Parts: sequence; structure tokens; C-alpha cells
Amino acid sequence: MSAQTAAGVPQARLNPNGAGAAAVLAAGVGSLAVAVFAILGDKAAPIKSLMILYKPTGPLSGVTSCAIVVWLVVWALLHRRWSWRNVAIGRVTATALILLFLSLLLTFPPIADLF
Amino acid sequence: MELTARGIWTMIHGMGFGALYLMACSGALVELYRRYSSPLGPAVTEKDEKFLRIYLTAMAVLAWLTVLTGAYIIYPWYRAVPTSGATSLAEFPQRLLMSSPSTAAWHSVGMEWKEHVAWLVPISITMAAAVFSQYRRSLRIHPELRAAVLVFVWVSLFAAGIAGFFGAMLNKNAPVTGGSTITLIQGEQK
Repeated sequence: MSAQTAAGVPQARLNPNGAGAAAVLAAGVGSLAVAVFAILGDKAAPIKSLMILYKPTGPLSGVTSCAIVVWLVVWALLHRRWSWRNVAIGRVTATALILLFLSLLLTFPPIADLF
Repeated sequence: MELTARGIWTMIHGMGFGALYLMACSGALVELYRRYSSPLGPAVTEKDEKFLRIYLTAMAVLAWLTVLTGAYIIYPWYRAVPTSGATSLAEFPQRLLMSSPSTAAWHSVGMEWKEHVAWLVPISITMAAAVFSQYRRSLRIHPELRAAVLVFVWVSLFAAGIAGFFGAMLNKNAPVTGGSTITLIQGEQK
């Protein structure tokens, strides 16, 4: 059942899901970026030294900063494209949740060390 | 009764921001599920919406404060390298843990997981706060969106739990100490 306004217009059309979908998918991408940058920083010495943005914190400073930049850029781009329309929300949220669970797994050191 | 400056920062990070986030998480999950689970559910007032918006925003602020104090204040003390001639590893927690096979995994698994998985928390809860602020009660007519937000908040609770558990265990096995000492109460010697 879809909720409607007094004028009979489905509310989902007045308040499209695009902005929310952009935020959810970007959060999935940002989460995975944390894991991917962590693995890259751990496995490749040149990347590890590139990731040292703040020496006392070491590569963690670059890993997390890069992931945050990826997250915010993806969010801004998706928001710009989707905010005024409805998207295939089921597919988008499923993708975001897969990325989120992958990031949980890939940050676990025994799994990250397989790469 | 004394505390070191580093010990106080560790308490602010873990028992202050981190623990508060963990406690707040259950409230957010209950509110999001109970009030926004169905378009036919009980009416949501503007006051309820404003409360939850502020609550989720405060949680996002807490999550960011937790990871930022952890990564940029405490972690540098944790991973400090002893200078040549150091006679004790007490002020070098990472080296202290790695010096014994019975404690090395607290660093190689515990800290290595904690330092990365913790960042999923602010990302997830910032998204949840932003989506709720945008949709408010109309989240009820977007069930997939609401479900995704709920799962992200659940995962943030799980990730914060992992970070909190390993934080406590790391601090138990190799506490971050040092810095100036603050005397809370001067005890009597017996």
C-alpha cells in the first residue's frame, strides 16, 4: 500500500528516494574504501608511505582520510544525479549492504592477510 | 589515587565518547524501528521527529569524536617507538604487546581490526542522521530505505562493540600510560 497526499499524489513521488539511496550507497562505498585502502597500505610499501599524512598516526591517517574523501565525493556525485528522482532502491540498498558486509570482513586481519 | 594525562584521554575516548555511543545505539534502533516501521503505525509528532533528528546527529558527533581522539591523540602514544636505551616497554604499549607471543595477537588482530573497523561507525551513523533529517516521517513510505538505515545502524553497533571490546582488552594488557600525573585523592600510607 502506498501512502498518498490529500490531492491523491503518491508521497513517494513528492519525496523521491534518490537522495536517501545516494547516502546509503555512498556509505557502503565509503566503508569498503576503508578496508581497501587498509589492505593496499598494508601490502604495498610505496602506498604505505604515501598513506602517512600525519607521522605520529602513521598510515592509518592516510587510509582513513582517503576513504572519507572517497565516501564524500561519491555521496556528492550520487546526490547530484539522484536527489530529484526515484531509483531502483532495492538494488541500490542490496549493493550498499553487500559493500558494508564486505568491509566488515575485509577489515578483519586474518581475512585481510589472505591478499 | 592518581591518573596520568594519557590515561585520562584514554578514558575520555573509550568510556566517554565510545561507551556513550554504544548506549545511544540501542535507543536509536528502538526509535527507528518502533516509530517508522509502518505507514499505518501510530502518528509521529513533530516533537518526536525533532528529538530523533537531534539524537542521531549527537550520535554522529560522538562517533566522529571517538575515532578522531582515538586515531590522532591515543594511537600515536600506543604505537610510539622506544628510543635506544629505553629500559622498560611500559610506555610503549604496541611494543610491549608484541614482545610476548601470549599478547602479540592483541595487537596483530585486536588493534589491527579495531583501528579500521571503528571508522565504519561514523560513516554509517552520519548517513543514518542525514537520511532521517531528509525524510523524517516520510521514511515510513520508503521501507527499503528505512531497512537499509536500520542495518547500517546495527552494523555500527557491532563495529563499535568490536572497537570497544578490543580497546578495553588492549588497555588491560598494555595500558596507555605516561604524561603528567594528576592526583585525585591523596591516600594515607598504612
